[in-house]
Amino acid sequence: MSLLHLAIISPLLLALLVPIFYRYFRQIHTGWFLLPLPILLFIYFLQFISHTKNGEVITETAPWIPSFGVDFAVRIDGLGLLFALLITGIGSLVVLYSVYYLSKEHEKLNTFYIYLLLFMTAMLGVVLSDNLIVLYAFWELTSFSSFLLIGYWYHRERSRYGAQKSMIITVLGGLSMLGGILLLHIMTGTFNISEIILQSGDIVNHVLFIPAMLCFLLGAFTKSAQFPFHIWLPDAMEAPTPVSAYLHSATMVKAGIYLVARMTPVFAHDGIWIWLVAGFGIVTLFWGSFSAVKQTDLKGILAFSTVSQLGMIMSLLGIGAAALHYPQLDDSFYTVATTAAVFHLVNHATFKGSLFMVAGIIDHETGTRDIRRLGGLMNFMPITFTLAIIGTFSMAGIPPFNGFLSKEMFFTGMVRVLEMDIFNLETWGFLFPVIAWIASVFTFIYSMVLLFKTFTGKHQPDKLPKTPHEAPIGLLISPIILASLVIVFGFFPNILSHNIISPAMESILPGLLVEGQAFDVHIYFWHGFTVELFMTIGVIALGTLLYFTYPKWSRVYGIFTERFSLNRAYDSLIENSQTGSYNFTKTYMNGSIRTYLVYIFSFFVFILSVSLVAKNAFVYDTSNVSQIRIYEIIIVLIMAIASVTILFAKSRLTAIILLGAVGYSVALFFVVFRAPDLALTQLVIETVSVALFLLCFYHLPKKRHEERMSFKLTNLLISIAVGAVFTLIALSAHSSKFFEPISQYYVENTYEKAAGKNMVNVILVDFRGFDTLFEICVLGIAALGIYAMIKLRMTRGKEG
Amino acid sequence: MKINDVILQTATKLVLFVIILFSIHLFFAGHYYPGGGFIGGLMTAAAIVLLLLAFDLKTVAKILPFDFKKVTAIGLLFAVGTGAGALLFDAPFLTHAFTDAYLPLLGKTSLHTAVLFDIGVYLVVIGVTLTIIQTIGESE
Repeated sequence: MSLLHLAIISPLLLALLVPIFYRYFRQIHTGWFLLPLPILLFIYFLQFISHTKNGEVITETAPWIPSFGVDFAVRIDGLGLLFALLITGIGSLVVLYSVYYLSKEHEKLNTFYIYLLLFMTAMLGVVLSDNLIVLYAFWELTSFSSFLLIGYWYHRERSRYGAQKSMIITVLGGLSMLGGILLLHIMTGTFNISEIILQSGDIVNHVLFIPAMLCFLLGAFTKSAQFPFHIWLPDAMEAPTPVSAYLHSATMVKAGIYLVARMTPVFAHDGIWIWLVAGFGIVTLFWGSFSAVKQTDLKGILAFSTVSQLGMIMSLLGIGAAALHYPQLDDSFYTVATTAAVFHLVNHATFKGSLFMVAGIIDHETGTRDIRRLGGLMNFMPITFTLAIIGTFSMAGIPPFNGFLSKEMFFTGMVRVLEMDIFNLETWGFLFPVIAWIASVFTFIYSMVLLFKTFTGKHQPDKLPKTPHEAPIGLLISPIILASLVIVFGFFPNILSHNIISPAMESILPGLLVEGQAFDVHIYFWHGFTVELFMTIGVIALGTLLYFTYPKWSRVYGIFTERFSLNRAYDSLIENSQTGSYNFTKTYMNGSIRTYLVYIFSFFVFILSVSLVAKNAFVYDTSNVSQIRIYEIIIVLIMAIASVTILFAKSRLTAIILLGAVGYSVALFFVVFRAPDLALTQLVIETVSVALFLLCFYHLPKKRHEERMSFKLTNLLISIAVGAVFTLIALSAHSSKFFEPISQYYVENTYEKAAGKNMVNVILVDFRGFDTLFEICVLGIAALGIYAMIKLRMTRGKEG
Repeated sequence: MKINDVILQTATKLVLFVIILFSIHLFFAGHYYPGGGFIGGLMTAAAIVLLLLAFDLKTVAKILPFDFKKVTAIGLLFAVGTGAGALLFDAPFLTHAFTDAYLPLLGKTSLHTAVLFDIGVYLVVIGVTLTIIQTIGESE
């Protein structure tokens, strides 16, 4: 247990104290007590930059379940550190923002901050764990705390729906990831990521390699809201805005990105990985940006925008992984996609975080987030407007903000796909830049919609619940910090490149560098007149054109939404699985004992007959069969006649008497086969049970008239089958005796050791007396049961 | 009109002892000849049932003032006690012991702890049978 471990679980420990703060310091907003922790953690993690910059990796291990190879192993490298800084940095800003956003009088702040701290620990654990099982545990904790945070206003129906949806989808992916972890463990024998990476070259031809990869990808895609699993993210917007800003833009949805980046060295040796990651990413990019344009809710636009940007990062990671297949590293020609991915990851966190906070401010100050009711807010909220300009322009990829830089590099990466000659990328690879370009046009449109529909145009005071005015300074601090980072990273991107991006790339693409070499990450504003520049110009030109002609082509969405609604597919899947399983259960669990007996007997017959046939087990051997005597034939005939007559008896009384006849015939059999004890017992017991049957018969309700047993074909078939199967089994069991019976021992020792001559009785009380002890217990229980049933009969009315 | 079943009652009084003697015989003969605790117990119970048929529940309860649930419990106690007794002599549970003894009146007699166990079985069977029959008979 090191300081690093403590840093990861410190939010969890602080969460224990939150109820105390909330209960005993009511006059101070609980958020203030938490604010120092993420700031301290941020500073703590900052100091690792000097290590990771030189390619050092810090590892710490604390034993957890050593016998299973599960240790709380923590590893700080470039990638983990980048995420840890994002989590703690944005976490600090979000806590600060939430202090002003959530009212201390009306909200249950204790639960909110406990969930938030829980989430912070979970997220730090995910990105810093080196052990896959520990990573999985933290991964599920993020799903769980996200579920709690989305459902924070649990009295709203939409919140509960969104929470449930996100839970179902992310846990689906989480469990699949667990499967992938176990498959990796089978292949490599370790849970340790760094050790697995070392073996990655050996397992690539293993039969479980592709299944493991698919399991991991399902986990990453559901968590990062990739198409078609993105549907939970827009519904998660029911959460309070600080939560949306933190979880659903900057951190949790990037856990899938993290996983893909972390697993790239393991899986990217196979072309399927590159195709799947890049393909799903690019489709998500397009679908997210396309769907965002039609949204009317600010947070809805931002949610689809997040989906789209995550798709963009994902596709970049996929393309960037192709660099692993080019051993020579010529001027970062193919690694530029990875650089873009990491750079855009940081950029997206900054501008999307600030945009969510802006949306929260608008909601807070006007009472609505519907862009059809908003408009002309520029004059009321100048600072918010400025922040929104920076955020949206960066998102749209307009210079001079950081989004422009990462979008240029994105285009560069996509254009370079055209030059790749591996995994059939030369045939269909041209789709990547084309789709990327179209998606960027839509990105431009929705960014402009977000900005201009909200802040310009006509002010409609009658439609707004509140009179708009500028937000208090406290709410503005966090977005101002994020927006200034947008500008700083825009103008001075190289402060990031060597400190953050290059070490992170080393984690994603290890083994490409020779000793002393570093990734040449240098980000310029000006490339000269390249293809990318013309693409950007095209995006802005076409985007502006489409923005102004939006009313003319908006009908496109009318056609698409109904037909391609994944939400409808999800809802009907949930509903159909519920009604389907309900109907299925209702069909076979119909409450009739007859049906259940049919199942049980058919199963018996099926299993036994199939195994008889499959094992070729039927034998028939008459060599040790004894002579059949005339008495036996007579008794069998009597029993057969009595049994058959029972089936056709019209009166129940006849059936009871015939049953008695069968029982006495069995007693006769015991006599014939020389079992006097059994014969005696059988006679008495048969008498008693017939008397009890008569008792039951006497007390039957009077109105039931006697009638013959009704005929059912299934009953007949099943009973014949049961009889036949058991006859066959008895015949083969008798025909194949493998061992001498042990009865010789009893014959020899009954008098010698137990001083008795009645062997049956000696076995019952001496050799096997233990069984008898519990048989008399059974009798006692039966007697007490009958006594209790009859004496303690509660009248229905009394018990209710 | 009162039914006069003097013949049944008188016959019962005579036959009862024969049945009980037979059941005791079955019980004691069990270790050497067909019989034993189970069938012996059933026979004794049958004798009492005959008494029930000839007279009525209240009369029989007066003649035999036993709570048959307790008889069951005592029987189980006998069986378990015999088993547990072996533990005192450092032997496994339910180890039986026997010896030949010269008793004053009976002469050479074989004594066996299995008989104690069988008494348990005997009492349980009587208790169970009569509990069931009495309970059903009393219920309306």
